[in-house]
Amino acid sequence: MNDERYEPRLTRRKLIAATGAAASAVALGAAGCAAPSFGAEGRTRLRYWHLFGGGDGANMTALVDAFAKEHTGIELEATQLQWGTPYYTKLGMAGAGGRAPEVAVLHLARLAGFGPGRLLDPFDLDRLSELGVGADQFPEEIFKRGAVDGKQYAIPLDTHPMVLYYNTDVCEKAGLLGDGGKLQPISSAREFTDALRAAKKVTGVPAVTAETTGPDCITPWRLFATFYSQMGGTVLSADGRRLTLDDAKAMEVLDFMAGLTTDGLMVRRVDYPGSIGVFNAGKTAFHLNGEWEVSTFTAAKLPFSMTRVPALFGRPTAQADCHSFVLPHQEGRSEAATEAAHAFVAWMLQHSVDWAKGGHVPAYLPTLEDPAYLELEPQSEYRSVIDDVALDQPAWFAGSASQMWIQLGAVFSGVLTGSRTPSNALREAKKRLRKLLDTPDPLGSAGGGAA
Amino acid sequence: MTTTPTSTVPAPVPAKQPAARPVTVRRKWTEHGLVFIAPFFLTYALFLLWPLVSGIGMSLRSDNITGEGGEFVGFDNYAEALQDPNVWSSLWNTIWFTILSTVPLVLTGLVMALLSHHLRFVQWLWRLSWFAPFLLPSGVIGLLFLWVIYPSDFGFADQLLAWFGLHPGIGWLTDERYAMLSIVLATVWWTVGFNFLLYLAALQSIPQHLYEAAELDGAGAWHRLRHITIPMLRRTTGVVLVLQILASLKIFDQVYIMTGGGPDDSTRPILQYVYQSGFTGYRIGYASAVSYLFFALIVIVSLVQLRLSQRKGESA
Repeated sequence: MNDERYEPRLTRRKLIAATGAAASAVALGAAGCAAPSFGAEGRTRLRYWHLFGGGDGANMTALVDAFAKEHTGIELEATQLQWGTPYYTKLGMAGAGGRAPEVAVLHLARLAGFGPGRLLDPFDLDRLSELGVGADQFPEEIFKRGAVDGKQYAIPLDTHPMVLYYNTDVCEKAGLLGDGGKLQPISSAREFTDALRAAKKVTGVPAVTAETTGPDCITPWRLFATFYSQMGGTVLSADGRRLTLDDAKAMEVLDFMAGLTTDGLMVRRVDYPGSIGVFNAGKTAFHLNGEWEVSTFTAAKLPFSMTRVPALFGRPTAQADCHSFVLPHQEGRSEAATEAAHAFVAWMLQHSVDWAKGGHVPAYLPTLEDPAYLELEPQSEYRSVIDDVALDQPAWFAGSASQMWIQLGAVFSGVLTGSRTPSNALREAKKRLRKLLDTPDPLGSAGGGAA
Repeated sequence: MTTTPTSTVPAPVPAKQPAARPVTVRRKWTEHGLVFIAPFFLTYALFLLWPLVSGIGMSLRSDNITGEGGEFVGFDNYAEALQDPNVWSSLWNTIWFTILSTVPLVLTGLVMALLSHHLRFVQWLWRLSWFAPFLLPSGVIGLLFLWVIYPSDFGFADQLLAWFGLHPGIGWLTDERYAMLSIVLATVWWTVGFNFLLYLAALQSIPQHLYEAAELDGAGAWHRLRHITIPMLRRTTGVVLVLQILASLKIFDQVYIMTGGGPDDSTRPILQYVYQSGFTGYRIGYASAVSYLFFALIVIVSLVQLRLSQRKGESA
């Protein structure tokens, strides 16, 4: 289902999750104390941490099993930790102690705040190219985000942008479908609201739903970031050190967002599982969310398809982050373990068709052209977005499950639910961003750079 | 105290000083009782005293969560915390919760104790059912209550209301006007059993003859309650209030499970802000400073209450 945020569904199972996390922490602690590398019978030990739950978790487990079967010389231990803050806290502390796993998953936009060079070790690009993976096989923009000071610390696996889900039955009745049953192109905010009105006329209920409130509510930030980036706006400067939020552009986006709920076109108060439930009920024409819920709606046999978020404000960009592989810092990383980690990353990229089933757009370009990927419906419908993804500017407080997302998500949530005016929200957002900018990077700046 | 050999042995022969000598040695050994309290004391020192002290140390440094780097910054963290609007807003949420929850928790506990004290049939059932929720961990309560009031419109509570023809359409946890009240509701149901138990015990210890005398003088049920029961419960009320305020100030679990502090941080208590600063923001030094500010507040509240309850005790 969803790996991309704290899910209230998970939150409700916090008790169980906490027990599981405690158990795995104990297990990891035990594993972490041992010197890295050699497992039983001289096999190379490869520990891999990730944060994928739900459908992604199942896909990842299948991939991991397949890798283990093909590589009998590598003893692979995959550990799934709870998504979000718990994962990053553990990974950071393991890296700081030099007792980290050999390879792990990291959201690319969090790289800047994750102490590259201190908590993370760089990849050996020569070794990767021997394994058939080169920089030219990735979208340039995304691959570049994995590099800091000329060293490659993260190898992107995918990108997971905001997309538009649409109910094909409702949209057909509302006359919104064109040739081949696809959504007719929408190219302005006006056309979008017209489409919403047409759909509402057919069903009598608000035509679009997205998470607007709830614990650690992030979607309002995603919506803002998507539309704001379409105007060409940036929240932070390219080095992530200055506030560059453009008041006029931001106000236009926030007014538009507020208008969606005030005009009754968007469900005003709904939390994350609620928004999934509303769209799943089949009367709502559109759903704005990341692409990772595709398996949820497929499993529910909902008549739906997906497309890129239309360019409502000029450029066709969409807010996104990327899953990437990193090498957490280890004291005395062994040659065999490094070799195994590189082999694992290369193999995962080359088999990312199976990963794409969960909705993510593979970052490895050969996979994007793989017929097996093109056959995936509706997962391949929005693949072209990979050239137009808008990642956060590199700052320690940015990226998935970061301070910035959670804090601004809460502020912009108020715009959608009506508890804040757009101008109040903009003021508050800027205040919070300034505070984050004033706070020194807690993981990065701290003493003794090892790079 | 009185049954230890040290105190009974020397009593019959106080004059024989030389013979008492080895006894004196033993007396010292057992009187201090260090050996007996050592297991507890070590645990206490290791898991309470040491963290308290090292927490103060951390709050004066700019440490991150990994414990490395960071430098001594004096009171910078405290100065920053005092200027941080999030500290004040989340502190207010904690205090607002304390105000909202303490009153119903004390009153409901009293009413339930009175009811079950006077109800003469299946008393065990009332006692059990009112106390039982208190035995459950906060995680269970949070989840249970989520299923009662969530999802809005078709959760258990809404269906129950619909039975009576009510369709309030309340966003129990998603509307900032109701989220805190919903948490208070869950908390009252959860912890009222403890206050109930204290009140019930106090009620049972009020001497019966007071009521009999009052009845002979023609006092009705209301007057007996007003002039005997409630004054006799004064000390218990003091204890319940102190314990309740301190418990309510420590609010975290229910909020974390039920709303995560939302919507728009409207239910985020100060302890959650400490957690966020430390574990999401990785700033352990700053988080420690905020938590010590809160600790100071709790100490002040406790001292004020101690003083008040002492005065009350003197006058009673």
